Amino acid sequence: MVLLGTPTADSTELYAITMTEGDPSWAGALAGVALKLPVYHVTEDEVKSQVDPDIYDEEIGIAEMVLEVDTLKAAAKKVRDRVEDSA
Amino acid sequence: MDLKGKKVIALGERDGIQGESIGKVAISAGAEVVLEVTHCFV
Repeated sequence: MVLLGTPTADSTELYAITMTEGDPSWAGALAGVALKLPVYHVTEDEVKSQVDPDIYDEEIGIAEMVLEVDTLKAAAKKVRDRVEDSA
Repeated sequence: MDLKGKKVIALGERDGIQGESIGKVAISAGAEVVLEVTHCFV
C-alpha cells in the first residue's frame, strides 16, 4: 500500500491517481499502468489510529497543524472510492 | 485497512511530510517499508 505526505489536495489526488489508475498526465513511466494500490494520506484516521501516538506527534504533529488535513483526507478518499466503484 | 504486516511505499514531499517520517510512523504500526522517498518540486 501507499502512504502519502503530500501538502495539497491537488498533489494528493495526482499521486493517488498515479498509484491506482496510472499517470493522468501520460508523461511518466506509469502512463497507462493501473497498479491499483490502496492509497492513504498519512494523516487519515485509518492510519493515525494504528500508529504509535508518540512517534506520530514527533514526526507528523507539526506538519499536521499547518496542513489543511481535511482536504488532503478528502482527496485521498475520493480516489479510493472511485477505484472501488470501477472495480 | 490494517497496516500490520503490510508492505508500504512512503511517498513524502518536502513541502508536506517527509518520506522518512512516514516510514517511521508506518513501522510503528507493524508495517514493512519497501520504498521511502521525499520529492522536491522547487
